[in-house]
Amino acid sequence: MSKRPDLIQRYNASDRFNHWFVAITFILLALSGLALFHPAFFFFTNLLGGGPWTRILHPFIGVAMFAGFVGMMLRFWGDNHITENDRKWIRQVGDVINNREENLPPVGRYNAGQKYLFWTMVVCIGLLLITGVLIWQPYFAPYVPIVAVRLAVLVHALAAFVIIAGIIVHIYAAIWVKGSVRAMTRGTVTDAWARQHHLAWYRELKNKGSHGHDHY
Amino acid sequence: MALQSLDIQRRSATTTPSPDIRQTTKVAKLIDVSKCIGCKACQAACMEWNDVRDEIGTCVGVYDNPPNLSADSWTVMRFSEVELEQGKLEWLIRKDGCMHCADPGCLKACPSPGAIIQYANGIVDFHEENCIGCGYCITGCPFNVPRISQKDNKAYKCTLCSDRVAVGMEPACIKACPTGALVFGSKDDMIHHAEGRITDLKERGYQNAGLYDPQGVGGTHVMYVLQHADKPELYHGLPKDPQISPLVSLWKGITKPLMSFGLGVVALAGFFHFVTVGPNEVKEEEDEKEDV
Repeated sequence: MSKRPDLIQRYNASDRFNHWFVAITFILLALSGLALFHPAFFFFTNLLGGGPWTRILHPFIGVAMFAGFVGMMLRFWGDNHITENDRKWIRQVGDVINNREENLPPVGRYNAGQKYLFWTMVVCIGLLLITGVLIWQPYFAPYVPIVAVRLAVLVHALAAFVIIAGIIVHIYAAIWVKGSVRAMTRGTVTDAWARQHHLAWYRELKNKGSHGHDHY
Repeated sequence: MALQSLDIQRRSATTTPSPDIRQTTKVAKLIDVSKCIGCKACQAACMEWNDVRDEIGTCVGVYDNPPNLSADSWTVMRFSEVELEQGKLEWLIRKDGCMHCADPGCLKACPSPGAIIQYANGIVDFHEENCIGCGYCITGCPFNVPRISQKDNKAYKCTLCSDRVAVGMEPACIKACPTGALVFGSKDDMIHHAEGRITDLKERGYQNAGLYDPQGVGGTHVMYVLQHADKPELYHGLPKDPQISPLVSLWKGITKPLMSFGLGVVALAGFFHFVTVGPNEVKEEEDEKEDV
């Protein structure tokens, strides 16, 4: 490997493992969930081995995703508090969409869009877990009052819709902002990427000293 | 035509029509509660015809046995002791089981294509080979009827003997009933028969006798003649105006196309954003590349 002095570490190996564990479980859950939600998507049950297997595995994978996501929450909670700069960023979302970043206030480790996705996921995954347990056949649903089960299936579907839409945006944003995907696949980003998209974070790292760098 | 005796009016989780050109008569089972003696011949006949046997339980203080519907008991007698007037005990015995609704909530909720079938004659049947055991049918049913078997994790309920009816026989329970409380035929004939019974009951002093054929679910293919049709709740909680829960109607109604379309829009928005506005490139690196 040649040395690349211009790379900064954004995520370590543990962060990356956690993220991709959650991502893979999410894909399995989203597709199997859509299969149970709409007949047009029923063919996704073939991913998990058929209809009954989808019904059996979806809740277990759900619990695994929740456990993985708790890991993500513990890691990134502190970096996702909403500030006044975030509200300004939201008001200038036109500049964001049209690649006019120079007009935006300096962004820390995460921009407002990323922070709102984080909190959306916290709420949605919490709702999905609770409602999921309430409707889980054959272990829990038989003991839950029918009114609660009916409400739970509806809330489960709505929360799933919100989170799937959010993740589509998340995936798109990673592709659209060039140089972002390598942060989660290799752990590093270029100096220039950091200066352009997360200037406040870049400066924080620089002030901390050179231990923020990994030489590749 | 495929080798089937009954055409299909509606099929679970299927958005296009099934073969349905034959114009068959709608059937119905009429249960005259005023004639029922609670002998449970219907329970025994159902078990015999369908080869199902339930666990032997314990006495719960009433004649209900088994005490509830289950995957192995598709019909049960419900015994209710009510005292409408002082000193006048009425022992109301209702045969509980699937009502075979014209607008079946179980079918609407079911996610597995072909697991629940509504035949052209009105019978709503579960095809357990396609059942995935998710329990959505239970959320959809206004009468709390389907039960999931602990043995095979599939949902079971009264079939209205679709196999017997398909070859021109009456359901097993009808055949076994000794008092004629259970009768079977076309729905029109059963309504006509019920009118005769209701007139008789009114002459005997039951002013509120009537037919239970709830329109909230589009009418049912299992109907009751009740002495107190104004208070169906007396008959072990028979719901007065049953309908599919609005939560289920919403969940399996407008949200399906709306949310699917919504996700499609989000995905396409990303694609169209990329091909119009273009990627967000790191400007310093772009400048460096141009210099080379």
